[in-house]
Amino acid sequence: MTVIYNREDKIFRGVVTGGALTSLIVLGLIGVFLFMRGAQIFGDKGIQFITGTNWTAGSGDGVIPDDFSIGAMLVGTIVVSLIALVIAVPLAIGGALYLEFYAPRRIRRTLVTLLDLAASIPSLIFGLWGIEIFTGFGERWAVLINNWLGFIPIFSVEFDNFGRSPFIAGCVLGSLIIPITTSVAREVYSRTPRDLVDTCYALGGNKWGALRAVVIPYGKSGVIGGAMLGLGRALGETVAVYLLLNLVFRYNFRILESEGGNVASLIATKFGEATEYELNALVAAGFVLFLLTLVVNMTATTIVQRSTPRA
Amino acid sequence: MSNTSTTVSATANETTAFAGLETRGAHAWFGKHHALRDISLTFPARTVTGIIGPSGCGKSTFIRLLNRMHEFIPGAAMAGSVLLHGNDIYEPTVDAAEVRLKVGMVFQKPNPFPAMTIRENVLSGIKLAHLKRPNHDDIVENCLTRAGLWKEVKDRLGASGGSLSGGQQQRLCIARSLAVEPEVLLMDEPCSALDPGSTLRIEETIKELAEKITVIIVTHNMQQASRVSDYCAFFLTDGGPGYLVEADSTRKIFTNPSDPRTADYVQGKFG
Repeated sequence: MTVIYNREDKIFRGVVTGGALTSLIVLGLIGVFLFMRGAQIFGDKGIQFITGTNWTAGSGDGVIPDDFSIGAMLVGTIVVSLIALVIAVPLAIGGALYLEFYAPRRIRRTLVTLLDLAASIPSLIFGLWGIEIFTGFGERWAVLINNWLGFIPIFSVEFDNFGRSPFIAGCVLGSLIIPITTSVAREVYSRTPRDLVDTCYALGGNKWGALRAVVIPYGKSGVIGGAMLGLGRALGETVAVYLLLNLVFRYNFRILESEGGNVASLIATKFGEATEYELNALVAAGFVLFLLTLVVNMTATTIVQRSTPRA
Repeated sequence: MSNTSTTVSATANETTAFAGLETRGAHAWFGKHHALRDISLTFPARTVTGIIGPSGCGKSTFIRLLNRMHEFIPGAAMAGSVLLHGNDIYEPTVDAAEVRLKVGMVFQKPNPFPAMTIRENVLSGIKLAHLKRPNHDDIVENCLTRAGLWKEVKDRLGASGGSLSGGQQQRLCIARSLAVEPEVLLMDEPCSALDPGSTLRIEETIKELAEKITVIIVTHNMQQASRVSDYCAFFLTDGGPGYLVEADSTRKIFTNPSDPRTADYVQGKFG
């Protein structure tokens, strides 16, 4: 069947299609640019580029050769982001349930406004807060965790220095993504069909029962989607991590250890004084990060779409 | 004619003696909006009462007063009393959740819990209200049988409730309400979203249920009211709060009502 558009419809259709295509084209061009600039590195290093842990700028005369790979930074990216998720998701779910089902109407309105405001605070501010204020608390928590759970490898440390660790960076990133995650979770919970909740009450259940039987299962995939959006932001976070972590090029799974880094902060750190070849390596690192966030965000969108209630 | 009316009132008086549920001077408000005015009605035990009337006359509001679901709407208020076995369910010492265990409810749209299997749906009330009941298998079979669904689903109790047809889902919802052993079952237009065949099945179920429990059903469908109910209460609104025009045996409401407006409504002259 052919759909026939009249002239007005045609023009408007063209305008909106153009708008939609523009963002796709821009995204595509970014991908192509990153890949082309990075292609040389991928050719030289192959898979080693994402598994190796060295980032050495050569001496230029060949005595010390260039050696660039981002394995350690990729691990750092993922570790810090996962810590952020572990901290942010439970708090976001609790906050969303409170806002939607417990908060008095006036408090809810104020808190939702504040939450949206918090979502728009630049990450630099979070980074500064992390360094100036949070690190003091974070170090004490880290000592406690190390004392009680130090026998678990990820909580052990080599040196008794608890500052500037993936744990602290993860906590700060967690605070950074709480607003967006809470916001999405609240949106999803608010779409729970009212009569399902009513049914729980009509069966003699209380509010907690209704939340457990209906609201939380109903919103599950939506909340996962919200968490993935937060994860997408945490993966690409640059400034806060740049301020909070010492770049150390080795695989670090000990989250309380004072070393780490992520891909985005690597790029920010090295960009200023990079040679042509190192610049290509940084762009290649950017391409890997680009793919990673793209995959995470697409997964998130798919999950959120699937969770949209079927009427 | 005078003969008939005496018989009816005699029957009414007789059944009042073991009344299951009763409202006295019940009013309802939503904020400043006065939704229901001075409803006094008696629901004899183990009968089916149909609540009929045009849209917006407060039928649903009224039955939500009967199990304290009304109070979940922000700004909702009520006055008067609702007596279950002579005890006011709105007494400050009464636990609303306990009231709702005794006065169950089936909603307009079939709404099995989507994340649960058929079996889990039936048992959900027991879990929600933290009731200690042995023999869950027996409960599932018994409730599904009473709801007229057992034969159709006995081999797939582990399937999701959402996999059933609309009519089956509504019978699953009835089974779910029965599992906590209510004495009264409120039904808010339970067939309005269903096809005629499913509607007929639900009506048969309602008649069977009334052998053991009291059923109060809101319906827009006059034929349905005349088919399933023993008594009928006709509500109306003149733009203000809804009120009760008359309540009597279904036969009298449909053949010889006391109020001309009832006659007009049941004959389809308005509404």
